[in-house]
Amino acid sequence: MMDFQVVVLAGGFSKTLVPLVSKEVPKALLPVANRPVISYVLELLEQNNIKNAIVVVEGESAALLISSWISNNFVDRLQVELLPMVDKNAGAVMLWVISVPEDVGTAGAIRAIDHRLTATDILVVSGDLVSEIPPGAVAATHRRHDAVVTAMLCPVPVSGLSDSGSSGAKDKSKKTSRYNIVSLDPTKQFLLHIAAGAEVDKDIRAQKSILRAVGMMEIRSDLMDAHMYAFKRSVLQDVLNQKETFQSLRRDVLPYLVRSQLRSEILSNGVQSDENSNGQNAPQNSKILLSQLLANSSTPNFHEIYALGLAGYASPMRKTHKCCVYIANKSKYCARVNSIQAFSDINRDVVGDASHLSSYTFSAHNNIIHPSAVLGSKTTVGPQCMLDEGSQMGDKCSVKKSVIGRHCRIGSNVKIVNSVVMNHVSIADGCSIQGSIICSNVQLQERAVLKDCQVGAGFVVTSGSEYKGEALAKKEKL
Amino acid sequence: MRSNGSASSTKLMRSSRSLDRKKLRRNSSLVMKSEALDVHRSLSKGLAKSESKPRCRRYAVKKIPPFTAAAQCCNVGGDDMVAKKGGRGEDTEEELTRVPLQAIVLADSFATLFRPITLERPKVLLPLVNAPMIEYTLAWLESAGVEEVFVFCCAHSKQVTDYLQNFDWLNHPKFLVTTIESYNASCAGDALRVIYERNVIHGDFILVTGDTVSNMPLNHALKEHKERRKNDRNAVMTMVIKQSKPSPITHQSRLGTEELFMAIDPETKELLYYEDKADASKGTVSLDKTMLFDRSCISLHNDKQDCFIDICSPEVLSLFTDNFDYQHLRRHFVKGLLVDDIMGYKIFTHEIHSSYAARVDNYRSYDTVSKDILQRWTYPLVPDVPFLKNSLTKLERQGTYRASDIGLSRSAKIGPFTVIGSGTTVGNHSEVSNSVIGEGCIIGSNVSIDGCYIWNKVTIEDGCKLKHAIVCDGVTMKSGAVLESGVVLSFKVVIGQNFVVPAYSKVSLQQQPVKQDSDEELEYADNSSGNVEIASLPNTAEMLEEESRTEVADSQIQAASEVDGVGFIWSVGEKGHEEEWRHSVAPIPAYRLIEIIKTATEELEISNADSNILPPSGELEHDSVNDSDEDARDDSAHFEKEVEATFLRAVNENVKEDHVILEVNSLRLSCNLASTDCAGALFYAMMKLALDTPHGSPGELLKNVAGVIGKWKKVLKYYLPSLDEEIEVILKFEEMCLESTKEYSTLFATILHVLYEKDILQEDAILNWAAEKEEADESDKVFLKQAEKFIQWLNEASEEEEEEEEEEEEEE
Repeated sequence: MMDFQVVVLAGGFSKTLVPLVSKEVPKALLPVANRPVISYVLELLEQNNIKNAIVVVEGESAALLISSWISNNFVDRLQVELLPMVDKNAGAVMLWVISVPEDVGTAGAIRAIDHRLTATDILVVSGDLVSEIPPGAVAATHRRHDAVVTAMLCPVPVSGLSDSGSSGAKDKSKKTSRYNIVSLDPTKQFLLHIAAGAEVDKDIRAQKSILRAVGMMEIRSDLMDAHMYAFKRSVLQDVLNQKETFQSLRRDVLPYLVRSQLRSEILSNGVQSDENSNGQNAPQNSKILLSQLLANSSTPNFHEIYALGLAGYASPMRKTHKCCVYIANKSKYCARVNSIQAFSDINRDVVGDASHLSSYTFSAHNNIIHPSAVLGSKTTVGPQCMLDEGSQMGDKCSVKKSVIGRHCRIGSNVKIVNSVVMNHVSIADGCSIQGSIICSNVQLQERAVLKDCQVGAGFVVTSGSEYKGEALAKKEKL
Repeated sequence: MRSNGSASSTKLMRSSRSLDRKKLRRNSSLVMKSEALDVHRSLSKGLAKSESKPRCRRYAVKKIPPFTAAAQCCNVGGDDMVAKKGGRGEDTEEELTRVPLQAIVLADSFATLFRPITLERPKVLLPLVNAPMIEYTLAWLESAGVEEVFVFCCAHSKQVTDYLQNFDWLNHPKFLVTTIESYNASCAGDALRVIYERNVIHGDFILVTGDTVSNMPLNHALKEHKERRKNDRNAVMTMVIKQSKPSPITHQSRLGTEELFMAIDPETKELLYYEDKADASKGTVSLDKTMLFDRSCISLHNDKQDCFIDICSPEVLSLFTDNFDYQHLRRHFVKGLLVDDIMGYKIFTHEIHSSYAARVDNYRSYDTVSKDILQRWTYPLVPDVPFLKNSLTKLERQGTYRASDIGLSRSAKIGPFTVIGSGTTVGNHSEVSNSVIGEGCIIGSNVSIDGCYIWNKVTIEDGCKLKHAIVCDGVTMKSGAVLESGVVLSFKVVIGQNFVVPAYSKVSLQQQPVKQDSDEELEYADNSSGNVEIASLPNTAEMLEEESRTEVADSQIQAASEVDGVGFIWSVGEKGHEEEWRHSVAPIPAYRLIEIIKTATEELEISNADSNILPPSGELEHDSVNDSDEDARDDSAHFEKEVEATFLRAVNENVKEDHVILEVNSLRLSCNLASTDCAGALFYAMMKLALDTPHGSPGELLKNVAGVIGKWKKVLKYYLPSLDEEIEVILKFEEMCLESTKEYSTLFATILHVLYEKDILQEDAILNWAAEKEEADESDKVFLKQAEKFIQWLNEASEEEEEEEEEEEEEE
């Protein structure tokens, strides 16, 4: 990873994840198998021998929480100073945690740390990524094509369980809001069109000029933008400076770069002359390019052919830039905690199908029960479950495909299926929890029945109450 | 198969294409050879058979034994398609168990691109490398296993049927050719409707035009089609496509066709989108979002060519009958099926790789296909293989074909890729290259011919120069005459001594028909005599015009006569001249190619400019809404015009109300608009009509309005199912008063009242509109104020009602 700078966008208090996030728990600290989600990204970086990383957090309070968590938990591996940012490179990873104002968007976040970006290329990773795909692979693709941006795409994760009981229609609406529509060239190396956000639900509008240059594009809805991008630093900075209205890397910067790839504007102002040769010295370049094409040293890609297009007619050469993709292998796990559904899916996966990500050791029953946990008689904890430190369970309980955090007190005859129970939760006798997420310090009184609910931190569910598909939270202002 | 030798084409695109082909050929030469041999064998067999048969037999529409419903049921979709035994009528049992493979050949292209030649001879009989085009089509169909062909003739139908009879196509034992004549078909849709009425198609059939040149085997595509049909009864058509090079200029420079955008499901090969007359002003291809609902991948192509060979199920014919407004096979039928998902009919594609398929659609494709034939891509349909009616030639070096009995001067130079037909003589020091010369031509000395198509019995005197021209039968070029690029000389034209025919001119003995307003003109001119009558002119104004035109033509003829010639030089329309180069035999000049590329690039600039003012992400949604709004506005403007035209026609021709509704509905579907748009558009059309009806005072105008609205109330009411539509109408009216028909602005309130009284608008609609408007800008409230009194009155009336009700309630 030579001359790459890594920026982790850890976000702030994401609105889509209410009531899971709260003042005390910003998005980056949401537990996935009882570990904050950001730890997965940091470990991924560490495993890939990345020396530098900047963690950008929205809002000061969130930044404080996150940096204190990092300094506490990565204490053996690195040291992190609290704000204002001071480098300490005692560990393997050098981390800066930087806070930016809220609501500036991802593009704003990069703008705010503009002065810190020095490397040739920038790797931007979303802090909610749970993945095993080496960032180095994305960086290598980026370098190989001399691209201005390389986006990682991963197969759309299979969402929801058949027995989770959520209705089909609801599922569908979630799916469409979450997925991308991407167009690739036939070699599947270049990104020709991307629709994100609200555009996904609109008609697909493919640019004819790009289609003409490529001949054929593959429009797919089964790939998801994993929010790991490699940017050419100078291009990224130029775009952010020129387009002051851009707020989001995903929705503004990336689509802009993709749209303008055959008529590059960013490279035309001379800043880039040495780094990207496409734009300058047209006649010589076209000759070189042409001879390369004729020599057939490597199959020319459509950008080069297109750039040559008018050269024969003595017009100035076209400026093009490349937008590449790295498509993650289907067998590799890759998902983002960007919705409540995703949160439960990922929790389930990390103790289930993608257990290698969790770095826990599983018992013979394919589950993790902390030695300090106490189980009553006739209580069963099924495979793909987790019961963490200091939690106690009464008699005749049954836990299936669920994650239970630390120091929970669970009474007798409690059923927990397909759920996530965070820390310090007390669950009284006879409760039934299905497909739900119970945040820390929640109190469930006797015989409470929850199905497909989210219960915010500190909430009290009164005895005997039944809820289905609801978000329950204390009235607090975030 | 002989290698091409040095295919030293100067065009980069062309050579790269042939490079590809060569590679392909190397890979698949074995397969190709065997396929080709098969085809060849069956071809020569057919020839032998046909020659042994007696020539004259009564020609009539063959009677086909009616199939029982049961037989049809169990047969359609049966596997065993290719017949081993072709004998009809001998074995009734066999007749019942299988349906012969049928084909429909449209021997009329319903276009005017080959004028003026097609005024005198139908397009399918024009010689393509010395054999009439239809020969290629029929020979291919026969070799591909088709057993029964219906040739649909319209223009010059007599010539076509005579030809088929004289050349023995109608008497084949295993290849039944039947002609279907119609004099009033004006489009492919009409033709298929006529064929449907005849009830002759009983199974899957091949639909081609009589100008198709191909050597593709059909069995594979047919099998695919049938298997799909087994699983999905809605898979009614398989369209044959072929790879072409992606570039803004490929389609234009190769076959002179428009750029084509297609979306295909890569798994099932279902066709999802087809845009051939690309709207250049739109920089994007817009695909419906629903396409990605049940599949995760679509391929969008700019690199495919439509071969215009369709394998259809019998439903296709009935679909044409059901949708009487379908005219064009692609523009209406294909698009209609793709847009309309109610019936759920599907079209699939079959891509051919090693075989050849192209359609001679215009002069440019005539040139291209001719060259492909000379370069043997169409094997076995090449000049030295006896596929029926072409005179035999022998292949020599450099792709030169010569008939055995030609008279070549020793000093004449015959260049590469040239055909010299039998009985032709070429004089001293003449040079011929890349050209096709027909039979019995006399070419003098010092003549230079390059890239020309010279048909039969043409006389070219000494010193003539011809470049990229088409010269029809019986033409005489006096010594020293020159044809510049792209010239077409129709039958028996005489070009005088040293006369220079300017580039892209078309010269004919026929006068140019008077301008017709439709762009979809037909090759109507047929009157079985083969001679053309120019449509008689309905009124004197046009007569005068015609006379003045004749004068012009006369002066032209005089100009020509001065140099001893005979013929009219056809004038081309203002726009026509600009477009002439697109479809000409002459290669596209380099500067035009640059223009095309530049247009494509400029488009890009525009689309980029759009994106430059991209708002921040939060507003992105808003922006794209605007975008689609703009499209929608275009659409709806177009729609409004169409509705207006429809309505006016209805008024003038006294069309029934139900029919108007039907037509407007189909318009709405084709423009993809909501029914609220219909109400607005219809209302607009009515008000426009009232306005256009002569009137002296606002009072009379009001009367007009009342009259029109009263008369067409039923139609308008049909589109006003709810309050929303009624409010839409008011808003529309308001907009009209402000913009297009300001005459109404003073009458707004009065007309509103009229509409209320005529029960077009309900009280609630008007009140809702008023309430909506309440918050508008002051400037926007002009009409609200005007209607204030009326609204007040309505309000009071309703209050009274309410009060009454209340009182009633109280009483209770």
